Amino acid sequence: MAKIIGGIGTSHIPTVGKVIDNDEMHGEYWEPFVKGIQPARDWMKKNKPDICIVVYNDHGSNFSLKDVIPFGIGMGEKFLPADEGYGRREVPTCEGYPALSAHIAESLIFDEFDIVLSNELDVDHGLTVPLSILYDQPEAWPCKVIPIYVGVVQYPQPRGNRCYNLGKAIRRAVDSFPEDLNIAILGTGGLSHQLQGQRAGLINQDYDKKWLDGLVNTPLITKDITHTELLREAGSEGIEAIMWLVMRGAMDEEVKETYRFMHTPVSNTNYSLIILENKKEK
Amino acid sequence: MRDYNDIPGTYVFDISMSQKGYGLNKFCETLNREEGRNQFLNNQDEYLTKFNMTEEQIEAIKERDINRMLELGGNIYYVFKIAAVLGHSMQAVGAMMSDEGLTEKEFQQMMINGGRSIEGNRSKKENKDG
Repeated sequence: MAKIIGGIGTSHIPTVGKVIDNDEMHGEYWEPFVKGIQPARDWMKKNKPDICIVVYNDHGSNFSLKDVIPFGIGMGEKFLPADEGYGRREVPTCEGYPALSAHIAESLIFDEFDIVLSNELDVDHGLTVPLSILYDQPEAWPCKVIPIYVGVVQYPQPRGNRCYNLGKAIRRAVDSFPEDLNIAILGTGGLSHQLQGQRAGLINQDYDKKWLDGLVNTPLITKDITHTELLREAGSEGIEAIMWLVMRGAMDEEVKETYRFMHTPVSNTNYSLIILENKKEK
Repeated sequence: MRDYNDIPGTYVFDISMSQKGYGLNKFCETLNREEGRNQFLNNQDEYLTKFNMTEEQIEAIKERDINRMLELGGNIYYVFKIAAVLGHSMQAVGAMMSDEGLTEKEFQQMMINGGRSIEGNRSKKENKDG
């Protein structure tokens, strides 16, 4: 049977992708970051997930505001890096796993999550930057990818509770997939950052730390934090943190925090990374 | 008043803003394609008339006034594409939007120093009442 072997949370900062692509990730600014993400790269090498389910948001790249979509899943055999306004990233095309996409989609709908099924999907930095963080610059990504996207662009975004429950539903789908596959689930985006307005540049490290502690230990409380609190404390784009709740929902209620790294600044963000594992081998 | 409108220096992109900014954001979305970028760079005046934008929105784009675009329903992820096409980084954009008139370098330094503090930036009401 398929099983979830770990949950990873990571910010998905476009600059990180650009700097990795241009082989510019060195010097005083990047040194702590390179060092801080290495344990996650080691974790991937050691645990070798066959598939990564990547929970991310599109930034007006594949989608427009013509239709505003709360939740969707990529169904195809491959996902090209999107042109976000400055050409496609020169990273490998993601290979999908259509049989698992189909199983998750069907399972979610029977679970009353009427998710949008995207048969064509270009994936933007929200999905590809986490892969670069975890795998650096391989010829091909070492895992297959199932994209799950969350509509984060427009308020009100899906509630935290709904995101958490989506994670639970994804977990039920994975647990009932008959192939022997090791699966990691990634929650991406955040944590505190604000890209817009006169308050741009906002960082709130204390809040992020408290929020992460809650995510790990008391998710049933953290999932109910209001959007206004997140917008206020973690910045207007800090609300991307709700995607970490999808990841958290797919894990057991009790988890082991294997690794955590936080660093300010990476571009405009309090970069945050966490690795969670279930305590019990099932 | 909605509670999130109490957050200083922040334009929450809610449904009514999205309706208001639909044309503006639709224009920005075309910058995802080479053809749209070329039209914008080489034929701006005519190109901007194609998206059912208001005069004010067109003016804000021509003046590269990002806060004004946000005020008129622009969404930062979309509006940033204009800046990217013109060769500006996110930090340059952050500097342009700041009240203090920061330069890109000063904005970067603010980030290195830990970013803009939440203290004094949490609530308009709090700031007013002290």
